Amino acid sequence: MGDLNKLTIAEARDALARGETTAVELTEACLGAIEGAGKLNAFVHHTPEIARDQARAADARLKAGDAPAMCGIPLGIKDLFCTKGVASQAGSRILEGFKPEYESTVSQNLLDAGAVMLGKLNMDEFAMGSSNETSVYGDVVNPWKIDERDLTPGGSSGGSASAVAADLCLAATGTDTGGSIRQPAAFTGITGMKPTYGRCSRWGIVAFASSLDQAGPMTKTVRDAAIMLAAMAGHDPKDSTSADIPVPDFEAALTGDIRGKVIGIPREYRMDGMPDEIEALWAEGRRMLEDAGARIIDISLPHTKYALPAYYVIAPAEASSNLARYDGVRYGHRAKLAAGDGITEMYEKTRAEGFGPEVQRRVMIGTYVLSAGFYDAYYNRARKVRALIKRDFDEVFDQGVDAILTPATPSAAFGLGEMAEADPVRMYLNDVFTVTVNLAGLPGISVPAGLDAKGLPLGLQLIGRPWEEADMLNTAYALEAAAGFVSKPAKWW
Amino acid sequence: MSIDIETARKVAHLARIKVEEDRLPALAGEFNTILGFIEQLNEVNIDGVEPMTSVTPMRLKRRVDEVTDGGYPEKILKNAPDAREGFFAVPKVVE
Repeated sequence: MGDLNKLTIAEARDALARGETTAVELTEACLGAIEGAGKLNAFVHHTPEIARDQARAADARLKAGDAPAMCGIPLGIKDLFCTKGVASQAGSRILEGFKPEYESTVSQNLLDAGAVMLGKLNMDEFAMGSSNETSVYGDVVNPWKIDERDLTPGGSSGGSASAVAADLCLAATGTDTGGSIRQPAAFTGITGMKPTYGRCSRWGIVAFASSLDQAGPMTKTVRDAAIMLAAMAGHDPKDSTSADIPVPDFEAALTGDIRGKVIGIPREYRMDGMPDEIEALWAEGRRMLEDAGARIIDISLPHTKYALPAYYVIAPAEASSNLARYDGVRYGHRAKLAAGDGITEMYEKTRAEGFGPEVQRRVMIGTYVLSAGFYDAYYNRARKVRALIKRDFDEVFDQGVDAILTPATPSAAFGLGEMAEADPVRMYLNDVFTVTVNLAGLPGISVPAGLDAKGLPLGLQLIGRPWEEADMLNTAYALEAAAGFVSKPAKWW
Repeated sequence: MSIDIETARKVAHLARIKVEEDRLPALAGEFNTILGFIEQLNEVNIDGVEPMTSVTPMRLKRRVDEVTDGGYPEKILKNAPDAREGFFAVPKVVE
């Protein structure tokens, strides 16, 4: 076989089942690719010994004819997932040295399904960022390159996106609070999916904004997203918001037949200043779904404009509460104290040293909007606007819309450092098309659909009805087939 | 609503993040940019709208209020920056 690290999950699964390769060979191919990809800075904690042990165990299960869905598939795991005995830092200095005594439910589910963990993947600190430039490990570099500049892979799941796009692993876990799976997937030409809120357990995933956070797969194809989501998902008594409903066979739903499906095109997603190429790609996506037999209708989601401002109240508010636990007492970094320093100085110095500027900014904004006198004006108002954003979606789904087609991002990948001088709000605009989905708790998927004039990948997003990931994945499968996106970044690293 | 240096100092303290005096003016400026963006929410008519508490209409599961886990203090203390005799150690809290 060719380069094993370039296989999809489905291809590797089938090759393993036919005995054409082994989990150990697949794992060694990925470990070799990782070794040669230091310049991308995607993998930040390497676990080759764990990977080899798991691969040998997977081969034994395959031999015994007891191979679960992901048996022997080498994956990268975002640093936000707590992994037992392996550094789990959420890309932050404040969790330096932290090695959890437990395994997150999602990563445990993947291991139970036979997957192999190659290591931990770089990310924006506490998943706060859209360019993977806020990480304590340094920037991740996008494997796509068009000139001398290093480009961002997007964020916060930038390490996951870069690793999958560069074939360092077959797939990776991501998490998505405002677009952190779908935006980097679009920037790197891969598939990234955020399931319905409650589909995957949040237990053991370092919390950013608990009412928005969801884990999801980042893969090379829609089929792989279906396979991996089924392994990640499921009810977990340890997360009270995890839904106790059956996990369907997502892969079985991939027929590619979308005749008669109703696809909505929301007029509010046509933004001022949006590049013509994004507009053209969106029109092309509309045509592709129409050609596949779907019925396209124009819809309105009138509160779209207010999604980002509502998000930048709700997410920082929840983060300020969630991140209160990082105080230098129970785990991670503690500042060196001066003579006479008390507990308050310990907290303040520890958090000043341990959190980077973007995390500090968001924790403080969150503290402000929750503080006495401003709670109603900011936090409660944002929660009411969030209810209206959800209502917009409920209404179009009630009209019979099966899925909504939008661009995934307002631009292609930009250069690392190019936004350094911009005000924080400009960076936040990266998530303008994805953040509504988190606020409404819906499933969303970014599918690579084309290249811009400079040769960088662009993605289209499909938004599905709650709990109907299977149907959304099938529409994505049809879109993927029609778009026929097969480009890969040329290796320079 | 505009944040002045005094408010920035107060917020930093409430968040328990030490911010040096010379950083406060820039921080206040960043807060004002973000809050200016958030102010757009004032354009929305929210009369009679209930604030969202749960995005998926679900009743949270209940269980019997009993201990289901525990009994391993050494694991709990394993990652502590300073642990002594089965406790987390911190600077003196009460005189």
